[in-house]
Amino acid sequence: MAGEPTGEGTSRLARVVVPVLLGILFLCLWEFLVRWLEVPKFVLPAPSLIFDSLLNDYATLAASMWKTLGITIAAFFVALILGVTGAILFTQSRVFEISLFPYAVVLQVTPIVSIAPFILIWVGLDHTERALLILATIVAFFPILSNTTLGMKSVDHNLLNLFDLYHASRWQRLRFLQLPSAMPYLLGGMKISGGLALIGTVVAEFVAGSGTGTGLAWRIIESSNRLNIPRMFAALLLLSALGVTIFFGLSAVERLALRKWHESAVGREN
Amino acid sequence: MANSISVLAPKAPATDAAEIKRPLIRIAGVSKVYQNGTVALSDVNLDVQSGEFLSLLGPSGCGKSTLLRMIAGLGAPSSGAIDWPQAMYDVSGEPERSLGFVFQEPTLMPWATVSDNVYLPLRIAGVRRRDAAPRIGEVIRMVGLEKFADHYPRELSGGMKMRVSIARALAVKPRVLLMDEPFAALDEITRFKLNNDLLALWQEQKWTVIFVTHSVYESVYLSNRIAVMNARPGRIMTELVVDAPYPRTDAFRTSPVYNEFCRVTSAELKRTMADEEEH
Repeated sequence: MAGEPTGEGTSRLARVVVPVLLGILFLCLWEFLVRWLEVPKFVLPAPSLIFDSLLNDYATLAASMWKTLGITIAAFFVALILGVTGAILFTQSRVFEISLFPYAVVLQVTPIVSIAPFILIWVGLDHTERALLILATIVAFFPILSNTTLGMKSVDHNLLNLFDLYHASRWQRLRFLQLPSAMPYLLGGMKISGGLALIGTVVAEFVAGSGTGTGLAWRIIESSNRLNIPRMFAALLLLSALGVTIFFGLSAVERLALRKWHESAVGREN
Repeated sequence: MANSISVLAPKAPATDAAEIKRPLIRIAGVSKVYQNGTVALSDVNLDVQSGEFLSLLGPSGCGKSTLLRMIAGLGAPSSGAIDWPQAMYDVSGEPERSLGFVFQEPTLMPWATVSDNVYLPLRIAGVRRRDAAPRIGEVIRMVGLEKFADHYPRELSGGMKMRVSIARALAVKPRVLLMDEPFAALDEITRFKLNNDLLALWQEQKWTVIFVTHSVYESVYLSNRIAVMNARPGRIMTELVVDAPYPRTDAFRTSPVYNEFCRVTSAELKRTMADEEEH
């Protein structure tokens, strides 16, 4: 149909251009209002000032960003391994599931901020990085666990019958049927967990406070204490950029893995 | 006259001299009661001879699919036995059934290509991909999908998916092919085409086919014997022999003989269902 935004080129271009234009417009308005109303920079710095701060403090901020990113990625992979392993155990043995699932839920619903002090004490105040890793993992692992479990249970029953018919072993059923079936669910869970791993890391950094002194969250606290608001915004900008990158990175992984067969990733003809 | 139809009494013991050879499958006094108390099957007796094309015909709920699944070893009878008198039995008392199963839905793995789907039973049996490749190619050719070996199921039509499902069942060279209303969801043109292809393959390969259907026309066209079943409780009411010669083609489908067979079979089905209403 003419006029409908189904053409590959137009829609993809529009999807990038329109938000970018809106963002530029917003920044211009912000800059203009701050200058016109003479808002002090410790209340709301102009975008140009934030950008200056980002360039000037880039070395410090980048080092903090890599620190935060490192812990986020480590937590994400630990969560991935734990979540998938947990899901496999849950689907292989009903006993595992009924005995462990409630505790997984408890871990999930208990606010991470409230567990953080305990973890910090247990791992020792000299090892805050370990505490950060543990806390971020706790936040990130549940979506992977619950999504993968759901996926592995959503196997086509006739396919299960077929595997029975050919006397497939447990391992074969897992490897050839349950894990591939769970893939779309797992990838969806990973997309959520990627964001949560970052949030978990940042929250843990906030709680751990000055002991770490290196992550982006600490840069925000530090800048706020010194009333260096432009740098605070610069750090915030980098955090958002990290989150967006993680999300789009994992979306790309999802598309690549599913593009051949899953309805979510294949293009519609009409 | 070869084109006569004979109606056997239910549970008629095979006493002819020609019938002395052991059946491939012997279903003796099989009943199935589900946990909720539903009687799915009641006292079913049926011998399946090697090489025959047998249809289980009946209304929905008559337990024909349940019976087929039990023949495949999916679920055990509540009483009675299903024996494979010609088969070897393993140490756990399981017969070596040598069968392929085609479900009502194609039941393909959406993440695997056509050839990977066909490879599945061989893969489970521990055959290496390299060793399985010739057989995979052979069965894919048999069902006429050689151009689609690398396609994913979502790229295929309903009829083509069913062909993949059949190819997968054939991959292990089964002696018995069990088919559970395999063509029920297809349009008539595709169904006729698949009926013809299935018959041609059956004649060529000499398997035994047990075919579940609720279509009188399909059962008459395909089978040399029809077990007419009835519901509540599921049981075999009568057996019909369709002794029209093979190969059966579209000419048979439009012949008066075919019509006569269909008329008799329909009448039998109707009669057994009328019996039920009197209960």
